[in-house]
Amino acid sequence: MATVIKVENLSKQYRLGQVGTGTIRHDFNRWWHSVRGKEDPYLKIGEANDRTRKGKSEYVWALKDINVEVREGEVLGIIGRNGAGKSTLLKILSRTTAPTTGSAKIKGRVSSLLEVGTGFHPELSGRDNIFLNGAILGMTRREIQRKFDEIVDFADVERYIDTPVKRYSSGMYVRLAFAVAAHLEPEILIVDEVLAVGDVEFQKKCLGKMNDVSVNQGRTVLFVSHQMDAIRRLCNQIAVLENGSLMCLGNTDEGINHYLKGNSGSTAKRSWADNLVKPGNEYVTLEEVSVCNSRNELVETVFTHEEVVIKIIYRLKKRNFKYIHGFNLFNSNGVHILSSHDTAFAKSKKSLDNGCYEATVLIPANFLAEGLHMVGVAIMSYNPFMIHIEETEVASFTAVDDDGSKIINARGLYGGKIPGIVRPLLEWETKKII
Amino acid sequence: MKQEAGKIYIDESWDLEIKPPSHLLDINLKDVWRYRDLLWMFVKRDFKAQYKQTILGPLWHLIQPLFTTIVFLVVFTNIAKIPTDGVIPVLFYMSGITIWNYFSSCLNATSNTFVANAGIFSKVYFPRLILPLSVVASNIVKFGIQFFLLIVAVLWFNITSSSSFGPSPSLSSLILIPVIVLVMAGLGLGLGIIISSMTTKYRDLTVLIGFAVQLLMYATPVVYPMSTIANEQLKSWISLNPLAPLVEAFRYATLGAGSFDASGFGYSVGFMLVTLLIGLLMFSKVEQTFMDTV
Repeated sequence: MATVIKVENLSKQYRLGQVGTGTIRHDFNRWWHSVRGKEDPYLKIGEANDRTRKGKSEYVWALKDINVEVREGEVLGIIGRNGAGKSTLLKILSRTTAPTTGSAKIKGRVSSLLEVGTGFHPELSGRDNIFLNGAILGMTRREIQRKFDEIVDFADVERYIDTPVKRYSSGMYVRLAFAVAAHLEPEILIVDEVLAVGDVEFQKKCLGKMNDVSVNQGRTVLFVSHQMDAIRRLCNQIAVLENGSLMCLGNTDEGINHYLKGNSGSTAKRSWADNLVKPGNEYVTLEEVSVCNSRNELVETVFTHEEVVIKIIYRLKKRNFKYIHGFNLFNSNGVHILSSHDTAFAKSKKSLDNGCYEATVLIPANFLAEGLHMVGVAIMSYNPFMIHIEETEVASFTAVDDDGSKIINARGLYGGKIPGIVRPLLEWETKKII
Repeated sequence: MKQEAGKIYIDESWDLEIKPPSHLLDINLKDVWRYRDLLWMFVKRDFKAQYKQTILGPLWHLIQPLFTTIVFLVVFTNIAKIPTDGVIPVLFYMSGITIWNYFSSCLNATSNTFVANAGIFSKVYFPRLILPLSVVASNIVKFGIQFFLLIVAVLWFNITSSSSFGPSPSLSSLILIPVIVLVMAGLGLGLGIIISSMTTKYRDLTVLIGFAVQLLMYATPVVYPMSTIANEQLKSWISLNPLAPLVEAFRYATLGAGSFDASGFGYSVGFMLVTLLIGLLMFSKVEQTFMDTV
């Protein structure tokens, strides 16, 4: 299939801080360089865009040397943490801002949905707004007229169609706005997390529509979301962005695993030496979290028929509080598999001294499903109830089936993919009754 | 795509290439034409939304020039006693106000295009020029309503008072009106987009523009006719103002008073074309990156 989007060495630089009298000096300097035919002096000094660290430079690269090719009919999911450059990339591709260097070539008509209801006017009726919004998104009047009934039907607002949209409930407003967008017919559709709106039923409708657009109508879709479920269902290629750079471009599973692992540090053991980034507060700090197998070896891969041991080391800094620790387990779709806390420890009346504590928990053998698992840690105290630490992804491990002939696990002799978020080995009993 | 001896032939023709802002001068008027439906939608929106939940609705367009006319009548005719070229003062002022209002509202509304519409501009692409164009177009509607009032007043005075307000306009000069409006529109648009392009990063100019437009009215023969200026030096200064010949010509076309000076009019047209060209060039350069600094 033909390439319809070709992004080459695309970079975007932003200047931090405020625009004021200070910037005019830079502007002048830049102009003076360009007059003499020299390169922009501020292009050399940008830093990678990591918002958590304090940088020296005023200039940062929101995107740096991005190369992506998207073929016709492909659905490319773009994932990454907040500030990784996802939206900047979409903004450049939808032409609301220009890149600093590099280029992007596009074949076909592009429509972007960076927000639903762009340009909606509160005083105008639903009918007027459908036409206005449709035109802003690039439809002609005739196209909108042709689809008008379909749009109203999709949004379920027929009764209110001649009422000003300021009288709409927020749900109705969003439904109408999305309905207009959903009926665009561009060759390339760019979507930014607009699915995070509306009730569950409507979200399903939206995902269905997106699927319809890509699968049945063969359009190319670029889709940014933090919902791994939606990404997994819709996309067939994933680009993972991190601090403005493209870290991974590959199939969906590969991409999502890369992102989730990247997020969790991709290690079986995570410890914090630097006090500045250590999770915690003046009561408790988290020191180390590790994942081991039953032989007490640090492992990134465990067999499903073996036990998994999770160790949490933390430091108490205030006495006379009833502390309680627990852990959460997530799978690679971000589904929260389980949450467990130390109930015995919580019951004990003993007040704890300051110092380092190690808590160990054992996940039984033949319980987890295959795949990447992420460990989160929470430390709280009762009376008063306070959450001191709540880290969602601190360590990770991958569970795999060992297919040795003597191994007993829930897979048995079946070789295919087994669905489900856990896979306990349950006891079956079968007998002939007739 | 076709396959040939193991080689894949890839079509390398692209519909769109997104590049860093270039120093080349490119104005994408084809895109503007493609989005003409949107322009019409904006005009409709402006007109519908402006007087929602008012009782008088579009009648407000008439009340504003009427009141201004009354104030001018009191201040400039009764107090200052400025002559009005032998025309009934009411008509003299109404005519001046009608054409001046069109210019000033075009300029005021287009001069903050980028800042006022940053919300839409940051989310979706369409040719940015559509918005200032829609402002100019929706002001034509307002102008039309006020112009209608002016015509009614001219006819009324023509019938009631026995041709005492001077020569009535000749029909052939009526053809001038659309041309004058077009030149006014070009001037308002051109100046407006120059200002809006210059204020995306540094806002200083926006502070100036509000009262500059007000002052400019006094450098334009709106409340006085050109013929009353005795001082030759002052007269040559005022004729540097490209709006002066237009207001005079409009009065000539609607009331038959004042003068139509072809060379002055030509100067206005030339000024308009240059302003518009500079404006378009600046606008199309700024529109690519203004989101980062606005």
